[in-house]
Amino acid sequence: MAELQFREAIRAAMVEEMERDDRIFLIGEEVAEYNGAYKVSEGMLEQFGAKRIIDTPISENGFSGLGIGAAMNGLRPIVEFMTFNFSFVAIDQIINNAAKIRYMSGGQFKVPIVFRGPNGAAGQLAATHNTSTESIYATIPGLKVVCPSNPNDAKGLLKASIRDENPVVFLESEVMYGLKGEVSDEEDYVLPLGKAHVVREGEDVTIVAHGKSYWIALKVADRLKEEGYGAEVIDPRTIRPFDIETVVESIKKTNRCVIIDESNPFASISSEIAFQIQERAFDWLDAPIARITAKDVPAPYAKNLIDYYMPQEDDAYEACKRVMYAD
Amino acid sequence: MPMAKQARKTAASPRKTTASKAGAGSGSSTGTKNGTENPNDLPAEIKIDITFPVYAAGAYSHKDVGVDEDTVMSMYRNMLLQRRFEERAAQMYGKQKIAGFLHLYIGQEAISTGTATAINIGQDSVITAYRDHGHGLALGMTANECMAELFGRIDGSSRGKGGSMHYFSKKHGFFGGHGIVGAHVPVGIGIAFAHKYKEDGGVSISFFGDGAVGQGAIHEASNLASLYDLPAILVVENNQYAMGTAIHRAFAETQFTHHAVGYDMTAALVDGMDVFAVTKAMQDHAKLAREGKPSMLEIRTYRYRGHSMSDPQKYRTKEELEAKQNEDPIIRLKKYIIDNGISGADALDAMDDEVKQEVLDSVDFADNSPVPDLSTIYEDVYEEDDYPYLA
Repeated sequence: MAELQFREAIRAAMVEEMERDDRIFLIGEEVAEYNGAYKVSEGMLEQFGAKRIIDTPISENGFSGLGIGAAMNGLRPIVEFMTFNFSFVAIDQIINNAAKIRYMSGGQFKVPIVFRGPNGAAGQLAATHNTSTESIYATIPGLKVVCPSNPNDAKGLLKASIRDENPVVFLESEVMYGLKGEVSDEEDYVLPLGKAHVVREGEDVTIVAHGKSYWIALKVADRLKEEGYGAEVIDPRTIRPFDIETVVESIKKTNRCVIIDESNPFASISSEIAFQIQERAFDWLDAPIARITAKDVPAPYAKNLIDYYMPQEDDAYEACKRVMYAD
Repeated sequence: MPMAKQARKTAASPRKTTASKAGAGSGSSTGTKNGTENPNDLPAEIKIDITFPVYAAGAYSHKDVGVDEDTVMSMYRNMLLQRRFEERAAQMYGKQKIAGFLHLYIGQEAISTGTATAINIGQDSVITAYRDHGHGLALGMTANECMAELFGRIDGSSRGKGGSMHYFSKKHGFFGGHGIVGAHVPVGIGIAFAHKYKEDGGVSISFFGDGAVGQGAIHEASNLASLYDLPAILVVENNQYAMGTAIHRAFAETQFTHHAVGYDMTAALVDGMDVFAVTKAMQDHAKLAREGKPSMLEIRTYRYRGHSMSDPQKYRTKEELEAKQNEDPIIRLKKYIIDNGISGADALDAMDDEVKQEVLDSVDFADNSPVPDLSTIYEDVYEEDDYPYLA
């Protein structure tokens, strides 16, 4: 194990995979000579050269489509979006081409490609630079959506995503890039996609939280522990396919569930998880499922407003107390 | 590899010159990031003086494009197959054997056949939009798999999942068959990128209609192709109408070759009613592409049928249509074959009968092919076979 920043863990995953498979290349804005807008790809141009680390003009539609065509023709691209907010300029490529070409071609062509970059809110960036995209991409058959919460998972999940034969949307976070954590340096450290991680075991309430929200869940669990309540914290790690079985097993034990999700609430990940829980574990629930999400508005700029916009630890804590009828 | 262009463009030298771009001079100081030119040193005037070649109808014989008489006959058969296939498909649409969209290529067959003649099928790649029957059949897809796909049957090329707009044939290097106007052209550039990356000598040809030129995807793809020196040909099949919108109602610049100038790319204008003109243009530009010089071809053609089966065609006159039908690429080639003593009218008619029978047989094949089992709906979504996730 070595202590790495989140960005270093992602870089390590890319470097290790590129060393073992020369079909892999990284393409995006500022990934090469600038060393990455968030320094994720720092040093990679020097190591792999300009053939495999490729700067682009500001043309998300163009270079996403380029990646898809290259994947159809035998390569394994990693396409970096400077942020996933900019992926909306390329959403036609991701949804209509990457996700559907295998199906439309009756399985003749596969599209092994990773679209990766920071997702979700990152402070006072206002409405167009603060979108959580996971529920948008997770609704599309043909895509996989991965959202790691910590450096170790980021490395293992990204290696799995790069090796996957399907298009994968891999969601990072600007505010987590500097986060440090112990990261496996085992050769071939790969975490399977579609498997949730029960981070903490508990008997009283299940908290489901991915990405940044995972860290709120841990704090809430700590506070509850001081009061003698055991929270079971589940990090889904992968949004699509979603590991509902692990969540349902937990609810059969705790009978209560709180979901923390920084998407806007309508038709979001939390909506889907809650639906799937009631479908599979209705009789085990002792309270309505609660969720804490971003507010149902575009992200505002003002400091107090954007803080209020985001899921709040206190709200999550109170929701847990409420579903336990302990408030 | 993609950096090569950048290095060159940042050098303090004029933009690239090709044989067809004479004297692009004083207005040409591009990219001076590390160069010695001061970008604030303005030239006295901007002068653009560029010449692009024109591939005119009747200008080339089969010998000029290096094909023998047998090949001429197979080109003729290839064009006939597309024509008879689509005529029969239109009839089957009327009989409700085919549903959804059906966009016919009738009138444009010299482009698909000329291309298939010029390239190395298997090594090179072709991608197009939804008017894709012609390209698929020209590259070697069978009438059987194509008709079965239109019928929505399991023996269709996409197992009944794609329909008219989504023909694909991996073994022929045919990358589809795409439904969103212009969106497949960045993909075509990516296919070219992979040819270059793998150093397999392949060229990627992206066909799109005049309507697609209005899409931003074409702009981005054109720039990337030129920036990265990709082995790509971007082909505007200018049939003069985007659905019902004539080109002059959609584009400020209707000479599409002029659009190439903005991407520092060479271009040519081609008469798409003559298969040898198309073949020659494709040969020349495939050669350039293999040398890392992408290009843009405007091929003037004409779509005899409506945009789709539901198009009343009120945007053009009967006279215009009839005038264009006199330029029919199949009639032109037939006349060429007879005039040059390659074959006689009887033999050509016999060939036509044979093709018609092949197409009729494909209707039988499609009719007899089973509909896809409902269980196949979950196949081909992901590589894994454990789908659906939501059981």
